[in-house]
Amino acid sequence: MTELLIRPDSTEAAAPAGVARSEPLSRKERRRRLLRFLGRRPGLLAAVVVVALVLLAAFAPGVLAPGDPNVGVVADKLRPPSGAHVFGTDYLGRDLYTRVVHGASLSLQATLIAVAVALVVGGLIGLLAGFVGRWVDEALMRVVDVLLSIPAILLSLALITALGYGTVKVAIAVGVASVASFARVMRAETLRIRQSTYVEAARAIGTRRHVTLVRHVLPNAAGPVLVLAVLEFGLAILAISSLSFLGYGAPPPAPEWGSLIAEGRNYLATSWWLCALPGLTIAATVLSVNRISRALDGEWARAR
Amino acid sequence: MTRYLVRRIVTAVAVLWAAYTVSFAVLYLLPGDPVTTMASGGLDGEPLSPAAIEALKARYGFDQPVVVQYGNRLWEALHGNLGTSIQTGEDVRSAVLAALPPTLQIALGGLLVAVVLGTVVAVVATYTRFRWLRQGLMALPSLAVSLPVFWVGLMLVQIFAFDLHLLPSVGSTGFRSLVLPSVTLGLPTGALVAQVLAKSLQTALDEAYVQTARAKGVGRGAIHLRHALPNAVIPALTVLGYVAGNLLAGTVVVETVFTRPGLGRLMVQAVGVQDIPMVQGIVLFSAVVFVGVNLLVDLVYPVLDPRITRGVPATA
Repeated sequence: MTELLIRPDSTEAAAPAGVARSEPLSRKERRRRLLRFLGRRPGLLAAVVVVALVLLAAFAPGVLAPGDPNVGVVADKLRPPSGAHVFGTDYLGRDLYTRVVHGASLSLQATLIAVAVALVVGGLIGLLAGFVGRWVDEALMRVVDVLLSIPAILLSLALITALGYGTVKVAIAVGVASVASFARVMRAETLRIRQSTYVEAARAIGTRRHVTLVRHVLPNAAGPVLVLAVLEFGLAILAISSLSFLGYGAPPPAPEWGSLIAEGRNYLATSWWLCALPGLTIAATVLSVNRISRALDGEWARAR
Repeated sequence: MTRYLVRRIVTAVAVLWAAYTVSFAVLYLLPGDPVTTMASGGLDGEPLSPAAIEALKARYGFDQPVVVQYGNRLWEALHGNLGTSIQTGEDVRSAVLAALPPTLQIALGGLLVAVVLGTVVAVVATYTRFRWLRQGLMALPSLAVSLPVFWVGLMLVQIFAFDLHLLPSVGSTGFRSLVLPSVTLGLPTGALVAQVLAKSLQTALDEAYVQTARAKGVGRGAIHLRHALPNAVIPALTVLGYVAGNLLAGTVVVETVFTRPGLGRLMVQAVGVQDIPMVQGIVLFSAVVFVGVNLLVDLVYPVLDPRITRGVPATA
């Protein structure tokens, strides 16, 4: 599903990925190659810059916006974007840019948890299903099919009903809802690698099953799963901001990206910037993450 | 043919049963039951006495062992009884059915928008000889799925309702109130349609019958629309289940943004008060829709493409 949506060129990507050059490149050559690769792709370069800024905002918000996101000057309320307030101010006179920057840390924290939950749980299910096979595979994959038959947001909402509100709980709910796609990719990779010559060789020299699993299968299956994780990062940002918009995230006045837009909604008719600018920030982040995911998914290997 | 039918129907029923089990596990096994939430003063602010709590638990069956609860509720669900809402005391099935018509309106509107947009983008992108146009069009789907749906809805309201005064911003009266919700709902789904259709159109255009048609001297446009498109639509049908699920799930956000009544709003309200039977009812309903649409596609497919039941792999 996600593959259908965001990887228009996945057919080309399948073939040459992982083909290594015969002689190793020196560090200087490698750096030159990276610069040339990025230089020919201004969109990708912009995406890297956006993601770097968002990460900076998430881990060190004070660097980009030194102010306090929850303190405002009421006299300056609902000011449109200007030199003093780049993104304008909200109904309490708080600087929207500061709130968006500080919101990045909550939103990104939630996204990281969601992706980690999906990656670990889905990865383990897929690994187990692919490696053990037979009835374990059958049973696990039927569960995965069922998870896929319930739309992700409804599954997340059901989990939130049971778990309660809050950033972390929303993150877990989103993560569990995307376990299925990870399990599928991991299983497919494991099945492919299980039949490879080096796994056969490992078995022939008497390596124990769990050692083969950890030493040989896991590292080689990781590539496509990590690409999926980057892609999932974008989807998780969207899902988490939707749930935060619906009001299930951190309680106010904490500035989450989704709840910022929900707040701005009441002033839509008069103050366009309150919805438009946080939304553009989300969109730019997701687009950048998707662009990077596409680059990782074979574009780098093809550009030799 | 009969074996094919029976197998499909058995699979569909099995998936539904499993969906019931998964939703039961999520909602009933995780800690915290709604009666405790109500008792702590969640609804009217006044804590309940222990005796009243026990009575409430007994009424909703929360005092029984989990296995018994599961058995009882599954048995009831098989008879079409999904329980009663904890918040309103209303029958869940009738509440879901009552919320359905306004949701169906925007879902069908969204489907229309998705199919029209998706088809136009896919057909033009595969037809055009201009590289920039093709690349531009094929970049649209990934752009559309990268935008937060609620934000797109709000921006459409801002532009078309507040700035241009063309369409109403909220509400559910009249045809005009359907336009913005349908477009909001249809955009991400249209992206899916465009990608799938473009891919299968490209496959169809590489087939031998296209070469035959070209050799006969059929025009490029006629080949594209009359030969390739009908053949490309059939494989694209397989994503219809996802499309239906997407549309249904999208109503959660869209109905909130446009303040419309419907299934999505019902879900949001039910989650807000931990109304477990109602949430499960809606999740099950969406699973029924997904499984039902997929079953329908599976049943129609062999009629459109007889190679499937004869065991010959379809080339497309």
